[in-house]
Amino acid sequence: MSAPEPPRAAGAPETFDCRVAFAEELTALARVDRRIVAVCNDSVGSSNLMAFQKEFPDRLINVGIAEQNMVGVGAGLANAGFIPFVCAAAPFLTGRATEQIKADCAYSQYPVVLCGMSPGMAYGELGPTHHSIEDFAWMRAISELTILVPADPQETRQAVRWASQAGRPIFMRVGRFKIPAVTSPADRFEPGRIATLREGNDVTIAAIGTMVSRALDAADLLKEQGISARVLNVSTLKPLDEDTILKAARETGRIVTAEEAVVSGGLGGAIAETVSQHHPVPIRILGVTGFAPTGNTQFLLDHFGLNAAGIVDAALSLIGKGAH
Amino acid sequence: MTAISRTSALQKASASLAHMPLAAVARPTFGRTADPGELAEIARAVRLKIVRTIALAGLGHVGGDLSVTDILTTLYFGVLDIDPAHPEKPDRDRFILSKGHCAAAFYSVLSLRGFFDPDAVDTFMEPLAALNGHPNRRKIPGVEANTGPLGHGLPIGVGAAAGARLAGKAWRTFVVLGDGELQEGSNWEAAMTAGHRGLANLTVIVDRNRFQQGAGTETTNRLEPLGDKFRSFGWEAIDVDGHDTAALFAILAAHGTDKPRAVIAKTYKGRGVSFMEDKVDWHHKVPNAEQVQIALEELSK
Repeated sequence: MSAPEPPRAAGAPETFDCRVAFAEELTALARVDRRIVAVCNDSVGSSNLMAFQKEFPDRLINVGIAEQNMVGVGAGLANAGFIPFVCAAAPFLTGRATEQIKADCAYSQYPVVLCGMSPGMAYGELGPTHHSIEDFAWMRAISELTILVPADPQETRQAVRWASQAGRPIFMRVGRFKIPAVTSPADRFEPGRIATLREGNDVTIAAIGTMVSRALDAADLLKEQGISARVLNVSTLKPLDEDTILKAARETGRIVTAEEAVVSGGLGGAIAETVSQHHPVPIRILGVTGFAPTGNTQFLLDHFGLNAAGIVDAALSLIGKGAH
Repeated sequence: MTAISRTSALQKASASLAHMPLAAVARPTFGRTADPGELAEIARAVRLKIVRTIALAGLGHVGGDLSVTDILTTLYFGVLDIDPAHPEKPDRDRFILSKGHCAAAFYSVLSLRGFFDPDAVDTFMEPLAALNGHPNRRKIPGVEANTGPLGHGLPIGVGAAAGARLAGKAWRTFVVLGDGELQEGSNWEAAMTAGHRGLANLTVIVDRNRFQQGAGTETTNRLEPLGDKFRSFGWEAIDVDGHDTAALFAILAAHGTDKPRAVIAKTYKGRGVSFMEDKVDWHHKVPNAEQVQIALEELSK
């Protein structure tokens, strides 16, 4: 729904809509595991489930525009022995059906995989009603719900594969806004573990989802200024890999967090909760502050400083100008 | 008869049960029967257990517990294909108590059916007890869904019924709804899906006691014509006397048509206890010692 993106500049990396990898992987898994079904709220197209529907018409259960029902139906299908992937635009899945996610999935411990499609500000100009920037805070508050945020297509595939066999309730963001690859073919997604994409000693940048590639760009810019930045890919937001976070706090002494979500209760909040209690170091939390103005996703990310320049500024402010 | 209280010797004896995992008993108090008279007798035992349980806990929803008793009894002792020794048997019938606040009735029925020791019901709502004020499937064998917030049971039931059909299984899904609960829109989202998909393996029983927490359903937010509402969503709807175990058994034991079925069971809040019957005050009021004694005497007759 955002305006078509401008052609890629020469030398810029190829970017990907993670819904493609998501749907391909889910369809491939469904071929070998008959328990896998998809449930959606009229979002066959926006959840990229057309191919799944064509191949498995009976195993795509479209309940219409009814998110509370959709999540309850997912729990019921799990009760019947299926592995449901419940797919809907992230703002409506997490906002409209919060109580079903809490009671029917998490508290009941039914292995429903809740797929928040087009999260963050992917719907750009459609505005705050369609932005899913509260989902981290809302979902983090629910006990015993795993939260996965893959950072590129390969990680999306690996997370979907793991989620299908994890046997527990999971919320997963599936990005629409195009992002470059940040993992290499040899990398393996490990649930519950934060991957260190770049070693560094002066500052840590902990990034999630869309912000991971931007964190790597920021590390490159900081390197030009002689600053060694560690980059962490927090692909499991919950449970948080506290060991890796605290190691970063001890070894770099400063942390910048970056997320396409509100600045309260998300990645920054999670890291601050851990660091402040076990190894306090200065933290800068980058995210969305307030309801977004009108603009496409790229514009909005820049507007809120959710880009390499914003991360560099935050890192420099933590380090102190002239320190390096 | 002495008053039932937390300090009674019996309660002390059962306190240790609060911290033990619940498991099936070797010999259920009552087994399966198709005899309506026997079902009515079991329902009487269930009512006695409910009043005793709520008196002991000093908490509960006695009015709705007593209105839903005959429905739960007919299902668990007459209709449902379940095995207390194997509560997660894959091909069991599914039962979901959407009005999860009527947990005292649910636990009484489950325990007398053999899912766990009936004495454990005395730990209802004790600190750390498995028997929470609303059912928890992770701690209580035989519970399919952690209900409590209203409007959750039917969507889950629709998912279970859709799953049975997708898997080609013959097991059935039953959901008991409170009537006031039908004011939650999520029920109608689910009713639409069940009607659209023609889920004939799904049966809803509405405990139509005509009262919600503080007043009548019709003065609060009108439900009638309730049967027509279900019919317009593609369901078969049947009215029944919700305290007549013979009528309930005849309707619930039979498989339906090609549509999901709503059984609107006319009931009375507080059924079986003269001063509670059809009184909205007894939604979650707890009887005092004297009232408990009268209730137990009336139910013992």
